[in-house]
Amino acid sequence: MFIVEMQSITKRFGDLIANDHVNFELQKGEVHALLGENGAGKTTLMRILYGLYHPDSGVIKVKEQPVVIHSPKDAIHLGIGMVTQHFALVPPLTVAENVVLGYQNSFVLDQNQIEESVTEAARRFGLEINPKAIVRHLSVGQRQRVEILKALYRNAEILILDEPTAVLIPQEVEALFETLNRLKQEGLSVIFISHKLHEVTQITDRVTVLRDGKVVGTVNTADVTQKELAAMMVGRETFGVTRSKATSETAAQKPMLELINLCANDDKNLPVLKNISLTVFEGEILGIAGVGGNGQKELAETICGVRQPTAGSIRVDGRDVTGKSPSELTQSGLGRIPEDRHEGMVVHLSVTDNLVLEHLDEFTRNGVLDHKAIRQYASELIQKFQIKAKPNDITRTLSGGNMQKVLLARVLARQPKVIIAPQPTRGLDIGATDYVRQQLLEQRQRGAAILLISEDLDEILALSDRIAVIYEGEIVGTLPAAEATPERLGLLMSGAVKEH
Amino acid sequence: MEAKRFPYQLVKTDTPPIWMRPLIPVLILLITFLITAGLILSTRANPFQAYYYFLISPLSSQVSFLEVLVKSTPLMLTGVAVTFAFATGYYNIGAEGQLYAGAIAAAWLGIVLAGVPAAIAIPLMIIGGFLAGMAWALIPALLKVRLAVDEVVTTLLMNSIMAYIVSAILNGPWRDPTSGWPQSPEIAENTMFFKLIPRSRLHFGFIVALVGIAVLWFILTQTSFGLKMRAVGLGKPAAQFAGINVGRTTLIAALISGGIAGIAGVSEVAGIQFHLIGDLSAGYGYTGVIIATLGSLNAIGVFVASLFFGLIDTGAQTVSRAMGVPVYLGEVTQAVMLLVALGMYLLQRYRIVRRA
Repeated sequence: MFIVEMQSITKRFGDLIANDHVNFELQKGEVHALLGENGAGKTTLMRILYGLYHPDSGVIKVKEQPVVIHSPKDAIHLGIGMVTQHFALVPPLTVAENVVLGYQNSFVLDQNQIEESVTEAARRFGLEINPKAIVRHLSVGQRQRVEILKALYRNAEILILDEPTAVLIPQEVEALFETLNRLKQEGLSVIFISHKLHEVTQITDRVTVLRDGKVVGTVNTADVTQKELAAMMVGRETFGVTRSKATSETAAQKPMLELINLCANDDKNLPVLKNISLTVFEGEILGIAGVGGNGQKELAETICGVRQPTAGSIRVDGRDVTGKSPSELTQSGLGRIPEDRHEGMVVHLSVTDNLVLEHLDEFTRNGVLDHKAIRQYASELIQKFQIKAKPNDITRTLSGGNMQKVLLARVLARQPKVIIAPQPTRGLDIGATDYVRQQLLEQRQRGAAILLISEDLDEILALSDRIAVIYEGEIVGTLPAAEATPERLGLLMSGAVKEH
Repeated sequence: MEAKRFPYQLVKTDTPPIWMRPLIPVLILLITFLITAGLILSTRANPFQAYYYFLISPLSSQVSFLEVLVKSTPLMLTGVAVTFAFATGYYNIGAEGQLYAGAIAAAWLGIVLAGVPAAIAIPLMIIGGFLAGMAWALIPALLKVRLAVDEVVTTLLMNSIMAYIVSAILNGPWRDPTSGWPQSPEIAENTMFFKLIPRSRLHFGFIVALVGIAVLWFILTQTSFGLKMRAVGLGKPAAQFAGINVGRTTLIAALISGGIAGIAGVSEVAGIQFHLIGDLSAGYGYTGVIIATLGSLNAIGVFVASLFFGLIDTGAQTVSRAMGVPVYLGEVTQAVMLLVALGMYLLQRYRIVRRA
């Protein structure tokens, strides 16, 4: 019996199709993985099931009855519970108070009575937790247990876990998996959203793989290898723009960007980059492949001077630039394309303002802006980079592709020696993607050293001369493009093997 | 299962239609009128008549028109001061205290500079007031930039501290020796701002305020520092990524803001009161926040908004004299108008659509 059936679910966000006629079926009492890269549509699908988004089309059946889920309240009513990466707990309240919050109908809160009923529930579900504990004092793993208890307390029969292990340490992951196995025995059905292959093979019964908003397939976990899952997940499509073969036989290559034992911490102050050493040569594209969330973002930020390294050094064209400010980095010949277009530009300012923002001093005389020179510079770049916008348009109103062109123009107009390009085509349509890739290849031809960081393996394979794979903040292998097959990269990306 | 749902919903749009723009101020006035009409009715007065006294009658005679300009003078300065800070994303709610810091400086210099030619004394008073306001703004600005202490709280609390300092000075060392009132001795004649029009209250401070508006326009739109300020105010991460020193930009903007608020204090002491008194400011620093917001943080907007608030202030007195409604009605109207305006600016980004 299918406890949940989602049939031909389609969800659009503007031009982006997040879910394209997705079919998904959950059996009673199974742990079912939703596997896919970032942006594949996993979370969107589950937010639809939990009533946070409404599908543009498609049918949802719960226990074989067609339902319309307007809100999480409806979902809870249908026995669906969801635990996201960002817990919805109130830290100063106790575990018991958090569990009953919003589910208690009586006006008077009887502390003893709720503690008793929460203790009883915790015992019944085998979730060891002290109901009197203040949530603020709990570890992340314990908080997650409270979230699960909260869902089960509301009589959830279907539990959605969105990347539940992303925030856990290995021991907590083990404990979570034990809990899930026990709950499964008692008839709970679990949807496990993940992009980590080894966890999926360890805990789930079946796997549905999503890619670009479409279902690639649903398989029994026992029937497939991690390698096969990796291939399903990253896929193999060819793109219009690819690197012209081998110009990299030149004898004395000049190292333009050198990372030497670079270490950095994430926002929670935990180590996220571990001894990264890489060299990018003149006229070369070095691709960094990896599943999202393995330190790519922090790597780009560290090189771009937005995040401070905790150890190691960065050299541009032989000069040590470790710890330099963003403007000093730009002057040293580093072209920095920000990963997040909306955070890399002041989107409420005009296109012109954003084009000159990095080099204001060159357009200023005695503190006064030279509006004429700025206008001229902006018009030239708009024309040269085919940006479909007027100079005074507010950047926010541009399409993603045109915003990316503004950023490219700002960086490439300076003829930088080194270019950092993190996820340069994420969220762009095919035309804009081809344009960006073409520009990067032209820069390579000019002699720039390019560090391309991408979660899109096709992009890495199409553009890179050499490919390095990052896994949990470490470079687990570097290989020439000619030797890189998707299978070999997939294994490296999953952390199953290391090649040095 | 199928719950009853309201059949319309708000959907965000990026660009409000052009025809909305001129309509918005009209709508703001209309909605404010509808809301406050009830209050006016409760005082048994005719709302239409009240609004005539409020908005039209101050403009009908030269005397009251000049009074509108007098009332707008400090508001223009505090509006400019607050705009400098807000445009940079620094929420300075402390213009009130900074104004008094400038006023203390003016009251002191007004005595010290007795006998100095006015052409020297008055610029010195303005500079002194600027520096005093700046100094008072320095503490919260440093706390913000160095330790990320929320400036809304600190600048606001600094206002209370300043109120007590003023009270202590006026009841202590500066108590007027001749009258015994809690007010500082009268400043020397050569340090008083000259009148722009004889036998009116309109003084040199109005020119200073116009210069303030011009400086605001110039810095925000014509200088690289102004562009940096706006970049920091509109997108800190992006400004930082582009290599702008966010802390330094914020600090300088906060200090300029405090300095200009200080000049508002000088203008009130040297142009109107000639003493430092406890209620020198009728909340001009706070009204400056409203004016900066309504003026959408640009020079022309601030200019128009401060004139408009000068009009309402003058009108509130006329209406209370003519119809016997409380003078507080002016403040209530200002507050209601701010809320309506904020609501309108928010709502103009939405469309109403029927649910599918």
